[in-house]
Amino acid sequence: MNNSSATDRRSGTPVRDAFPIPLAGAAPLIDPHAHFHTERSGRTDWDGYNTSRLQAGERIGVNAHVASVLGSWGHSSPTYFPSPDDLSFANAWLRDFAQRDAERPESGGQRVFAYVAANPNHAAHALQEIRLGLDHGAVGIKLAASRKADDALLDDIASEAARFGIPILHHIWQDRRREWPNQDASDGVELGRLASRHPTTQLLLAHIGGGGDWAHTLHAVRELSNVHVDLSGSGIDRGMMDATIQTLGASRVLWACDLTLCTGLTKAWALDAMGLDPDALADVRWRNAVRLFTRAPFTRHGEALVA
Amino acid sequence: MTAPTTLFAHVDVSAWIGGYPFREAPHPDPEVLVRVLQRERVARAWVGWLPSAWQRDPSEGNARLLQALAPWRDVLDPAPAVRPDWPGWQRELAKQVEGGATSIRTYPAQWGLGPGDPGLTALAHACREVGLPVHITVRVEDLRQRHPHDVAGDVPAATVRALARAGTGCRFVISGAGRDVIEEVAWGLTPEERALVWFDFGWVWGPPEEQFARLVRALGSAQLVYGSQWPLRLVQQSRALVSLLPSDIAVTLPLPYPKRGEETSAERELL
Repeated sequence: MNNSSATDRRSGTPVRDAFPIPLAGAAPLIDPHAHFHTERSGRTDWDGYNTSRLQAGERIGVNAHVASVLGSWGHSSPTYFPSPDDLSFANAWLRDFAQRDAERPESGGQRVFAYVAANPNHAAHALQEIRLGLDHGAVGIKLAASRKADDALLDDIASEAARFGIPILHHIWQDRRREWPNQDASDGVELGRLASRHPTTQLLLAHIGGGGDWAHTLHAVRELSNVHVDLSGSGIDRGMMDATIQTLGASRVLWACDLTLCTGLTKAWALDAMGLDPDALADVRWRNAVRLFTRAPFTRHGEALVA
Repeated sequence: MTAPTTLFAHVDVSAWIGGYPFREAPHPDPEVLVRVLQRERVARAWVGWLPSAWQRDPSEGNARLLQALAPWRDVLDPAPAVRPDWPGWQRELAKQVEGGATSIRTYPAQWGLGPGDPGLTALAHACREVGLPVHITVRVEDLRQRHPHDVAGDVPAATVRALARAGTGCRFVISGAGRDVIEEVAWGLTPEERALVWFDFGWVWGPPEEQFARLVRALGSAQLVYGSQWPLRLVQQSRALVSLLPSDIAVTLPLPYPKRGEETSAERELL
C-alpha cells in the first residue's frame, strides 16, 4: 500500500491523511459479485478464505462486497442446485456475518452486503427467503444455475425483484454451446428472454470474464437496457472490457471480482489505462452499483456514497 | 527506450505480436508492445509470432517476426518458433540463432507432440547446444472459452517433466500454467531437474483462494518469471498477484531471469 497524499494520482480524488491510498486508487470501488464460505462449506479453511477476501479487499480499496453464499458449496447439496435447508442456513449466516463485520471495532462502516441466494425449483421457499432477507437488510437476489434463466419458474422471482426495487445477479455462461456438468447454466440469450418479459426488473449478468465467449453475450443483451454486466471472472482477455463498455455503455457495466480478487485488481488498473473519462470510470467502479442496489447504504470512510 | 528507474521485471518472457485466429486481439503490434512495457516498468520482452502456433510451417512467421521487430531490437528480442517434427527444423533453428533468437518457442499441443516425444527432446538437445531456452505455452486461452475450431488441449505437466528429465541440460520457460501444472512439474522433478524450469505465473489465482501465496511459500520465487501473454491478456495480472501477496511473503523484484553465463550452481552441475 502506498503512503497517503493530498490527492490520488490517477483519479484526482482528495485523500484523507488517515486513509492510505489503496492499490486500485482512492476513488470508491464496489464489488457486486462476492462470495463467502461458512462452516458448512466442507473446507477447513473457510474462515481463512473469508478473511483473505476482506483483507485483499482492503488493500485493493473495495468499499463494499455485495455477496452471496451458494448453500453448502457442494458439501451437502450441489453448488448450483442447493437444497432449501442449505440456502436458508447460508442466507442467514451471511446476514449475520455482514452484521458482525459492520460491528468490528475498527469499523469504517458496513462493507458486506447480502444477496438472497435462491433455487427457483423450490418456488415457495425462494420467495419466502427473499422476503425474509429483505426484512433483514438483503439488497439483491442471487440466482446461480438451478434453472435456465428463461424458465417460467423465474417469473415470480423476477416480479418480486421489480416490486422491491432490487436487482438479480444471475450466473451466466458466455455463449453456452453445450450443457456443462453440475449446473443448468444460462447464457446471454436466455437471460435476455427473462429481461424482455420483465422490463422493470434490473438484471446483473454475472462474470463476463468467467468463461465462454463474451463477445456473444454483448450482442445478446445489447438492446436490453435492464441488463447490466459485471466484469468479474478469472478471464482477463485484452479487449474484453473495451468491447463491453463500447457495446453497452459505461452506465451498464460494473467492476467486480467473483472468485479472483487478483483479476479484479488487474481490471481496475486496466480501466485506468483505458483512458475512460472520469464519469465513465466512476460509473464502472461504483456509481452504477449505487444506482442498482437501491437498498444498500454504501459508504466510504463512513460517508454515504451518492451516485 | 530509457529503462524506468524502478523495474517490475527485467523481461516479459511470454509476449507475442501478430493476430490471433480466433478473435480480435487489439493492436498486436511491436510499437504498441514497447509502450506497454514502458508503462508497466518492464525493461524488455521476448516476442513470438502468435499465428505460428496454428501454422504448419513456422518459418514464414519467423521471417515476419524478425522483420517486424527490426526497428525495436533494443527492447524486443525475437522468440521464433521451431517445430521439431518438420523437415529441416535444424536448419531453421540455426537460421534463428543467426538472427539473434533469445528463446525458441514450440507448441506441443497445437502440433500434436505428446509427453516424451523424441522430436521435443531433440529440440531441447539442440537448444542446449546453442545456449537457448525452450519456451512452451501450456495454454493460450482458458479451455472454457476456446473457439470450436481450436481443438488443441492444454500441454500436460507430463510433457514438461519428460523434457526436464531427458538429461539435455536445456532450460525451459513454461507459460500459461496454473498452480496445478506448476506444482506437478516442480514436485515431480529432482532439485537439479527443477532448476532447469522457469514458470511465468500469470494464470495462478491470488486471493481469496491464495494459490499464488501457497505456491511461493512452498517453492519460493527463484524459478518464477514475468510473462504477460500480451496481446491476448491484460499485462497487469502478475503485478496484481505480487501486490496482493500476504506481507510475510517476499518476491524478488524486479523478477529475474538468468542471463547466459549466469546459470545457477545446480545448472552448472548439470552442464
